[in-house]
Amino acid sequence: MNYQIDHIRELESESIFIMREVAAQFENPVLMFSGGKDSILMVYLAHKAFYPAKIPFSLLHVDTGHNFPETLKYRDELVERFGAKLVIGSVQEAIDNGIVTEEKGFDASRNGLQTSALLEALEKGKYDAALGGARRDEEKARAKERFFSHRDEFGQWDPKNQRPELWNLFNGRKNIGEHFRVFPISNWTELDVWQYLALENIPLPSLYFAHEREVFKRDGTLLADCEYIQKRPDEEVFTQMVRCRTIGDMTCTGVWESNASTVDEIIQEIATTRMTERGGRTDDKRSETSMEDRKKLGYF
Amino acid sequence: MQTELLRFTTAGSVDDGKSTLIGRLLYDSKSIYQDQYEQIERVSEKRGEEGVNLALLTDGLKSEREQGITIDVAYRYFSTPKRKFIIADTPGHIQYTRNMVTGASTANVALVLIDARHGVVEQTKRHAIIASLLQIPHLLVCINKMDLVDHSQSVYDKIQDDFEQFAAKLDVKDVSFIPISALNGDNVVNRSEKMDWFEGSTLMYYLENVHIASDHNFIDTRLPIQTVIRPYNDEFHDYRGYAGRIAGGSFKVGDKIVALPSGFSSEVTRIVGASGDQESAYPPQSVTLLLKGDIDISRGDMIVRENNQPEVGQDIDLMICWFDREKPLKPKGKYAIKHTSQDVRCVIKEVRYKLDINTLSRDQEDKEIRMNDIGRILIRTTKPLFTDPYRKNRVTGSVIIIDEGTNNTVAAGMVI
Repeated sequence: MNYQIDHIRELESESIFIMREVAAQFENPVLMFSGGKDSILMVYLAHKAFYPAKIPFSLLHVDTGHNFPETLKYRDELVERFGAKLVIGSVQEAIDNGIVTEEKGFDASRNGLQTSALLEALEKGKYDAALGGARRDEEKARAKERFFSHRDEFGQWDPKNQRPELWNLFNGRKNIGEHFRVFPISNWTELDVWQYLALENIPLPSLYFAHEREVFKRDGTLLADCEYIQKRPDEEVFTQMVRCRTIGDMTCTGVWESNASTVDEIIQEIATTRMTERGGRTDDKRSETSMEDRKKLGYF
Repeated sequence: MQTELLRFTTAGSVDDGKSTLIGRLLYDSKSIYQDQYEQIERVSEKRGEEGVNLALLTDGLKSEREQGITIDVAYRYFSTPKRKFIIADTPGHIQYTRNMVTGASTANVALVLIDARHGVVEQTKRHAIIASLLQIPHLLVCINKMDLVDHSQSVYDKIQDDFEQFAAKLDVKDVSFIPISALNGDNVVNRSEKMDWFEGSTLMYYLENVHIASDHNFIDTRLPIQTVIRPYNDEFHDYRGYAGRIAGGSFKVGDKIVALPSGFSSEVTRIVGASGDQESAYPPQSVTLLLKGDIDISRGDMIVRENNQPEVGQDIDLMICWFDREKPLKPKGKYAIKHTSQDVRCVIKEVRYKLDINTLSRDQEDKEIRMNDIGRILIRTTKPLFTDPYRKNRVTGSVIIIDEGTNNTVAAGMVI
C-alpha cells in the first residue's frame, strides 16, 4: 500500500485540521470573506472540513463600498450555494457615524479604514475568532504570523511577543474581550492555491481572468478606471487586456496586463512571473513596513 | 503532478552564512521575485551596505531590521518540480532556543551550518542537541565557507570527525555532510568544480531526494477526535462522524477499533476524506470515521486498535523546554496542558534534573528551570492522557504547557 500524499493534499489536510480546531476551541468564530481567491478557497475547505454538516461559521465581508461589482455578485452566489450566513461590516457606515474619516486626494483609499470597520463588526457580533485567508508567502510581516494569532482587547497584534506554536497543538486560550485571528492556509503559496482551485474545479470571479478594461497607469501600476479614484490631470485612460492577481478594494488593487483566460493559463503565468502578487497593491507600498504597521493595529 | 512536502529547519547566526544560503536556495530556485529583490536592493543601498543583503529577505519585522537580527521564526517557501519546501528559519543564539524548538517540532530535516574556519562550536552542538531532542528524522550538516579554507578536504574531514564524535552521544538516526560555499553556490544547486574530492550529492539534490515517506508512524494506529460531525437535517438524519487527523498507523473500512477512554469496541463502516469516501486512511490525512452502532465518543477521545493501544495514565514523565520570559517553572505549581485534542490540568510533581545544553550533563543541584532551559519533570494530570513515547510518535508524544494566569504557552514537553 502506498502511504504517500502529495503536497497539495497535505496542505488541504492541515487547513481542515485547523478549521476543526477553531470550531472546537471557540464559541463564536467567523470567516472573513473578501471575495478574493484565498477566501473562496477558505470557504471550500470549511465545507469539506464539516461535510455533510453546514459550515459552522458566518461569513463576514468588510465592505469598503468600493468593490468591483463582479465581487459582490460572486459573493452572493457563493453564500447561497453553501447556505451560509453573511454578515457585512460597512466602511461607509463607519464614515457616516463619524468613527473614521475618509482620506482625501489622489491616493485616497478606504483600505486603512477597513480595520476600524472590521474591529467594530467583530465586537458587534461578539466573535471570538476570525478566520482569515492570509498566507505567509504574501508579505514579510505575514511570514512571521502564527496559525492562531492572539489579539488583545483592542484588536492589536504584538509580533514580538507571539505564542510559540509547536507540533499541531494550538493554544486558543484568552481572556474576555480578546480574540484570535486564525490563518488556516498560512503554508499555501499563490501557486498552491491556483493548483488546488484547478484540481477541485472551483468556479472563480471573472476578474481573475483576462478581460478588456479601461485602465490608467500610476507609479508603474495599472489601476482600473472608476468613480472612486481621482485621476491626476496627466493620467490617461486606455483600454487593455488585464486580469487581477489579488482582489481588494478598487482603489488599491492593481490589475495586470495578461492574456490568461483559463486557470491553466494562469498557473502557467504565475509559474514564470517575476513579480509577487502584492506587487500591484498600492496599500503595501506606502512604507517598507506598512503591512506590519497595519497588522499591529488590527488589519487582517 | 505528485510532489511531496518537505519541512526543514535552519538555525545559525548571520555570520554562518545562513541567510546567504537561504537566499541562494530561493534565488537559484527562482523563488525570489523581481520586486522583492528590488526592494531589498533599495534598502541595502539606503543602509550603506555593500551589495544586496539577502538577509533582509528573511528579517521581516521592523525591530529585526533595525537590530540586524532575527528574533522570530520566519517561514519561507520554495519549490522545485520534485518537492515543495517549507523552511522554518530560526535564530541560532542561545536566547532563542525556544524558537529553534518551535521550528524543529514539525521538521523532517534539520540543516546545521558550520563555518569551515571555526569548526564545531557551541551553537552547532546546541542545534544538534535540539534536533535530537525533537527527533527530527534527518540531520544535514553543511560545512560552509569552504572557499575561505582553500576548499580543503582535510579541513572538511576534521570537522566531520569532530561532529560525529559529538553526535555519537545523541539520538540522531540519519546524518549527512556536505561541503559548500553558499556565497559562490558551490555544492548548493550545482556541483563544485573546486571540490572534486567530494563524492556526495549537492544540497539541492539531498533536499529533493532524502527519503521522508517513512517519517510518519505507520504502525501504531491512532485517531484523536477533534470534533463530532452531526448534520441535524433530514437527509443525514443519523449521521454521526468522528473527525480528526490520523496521528499514526492506518485505518481501513471494516477494521475493528476501540475507543478510549470508554473502551467500547466497534467497527469502521465508512471513512470520509477531503475528496469523499476512501477505503483507508493514514497520517497526515484529515478524515471523518463512521462507526457501527451507537457509541459515545467526543472531543479528546482517541480511536485505536484493540491489540495496539497507547499508554493510558495520569503520571507522565516529560522532557521539557521552558519558554516563559518572566517566570521560571513553579515546582508543585499547577498548569494547563494540551495533548492531541485533550485539555487537562496538571501539577508539577518533581523536577528531576536540568540538562546543560552545551555539554549534555545533568544538573541535579540547580533545578530552577528558566527560559530556554531544558529539563526532565514528572507531572500528574487531572484526567488520563493517551500517550506514546515521543520517540515513537511525535503527535501522540507531545504536549504544551500553558500558564493559567496569562494563557501563554510556557513550555513544550516530550513524553519519555
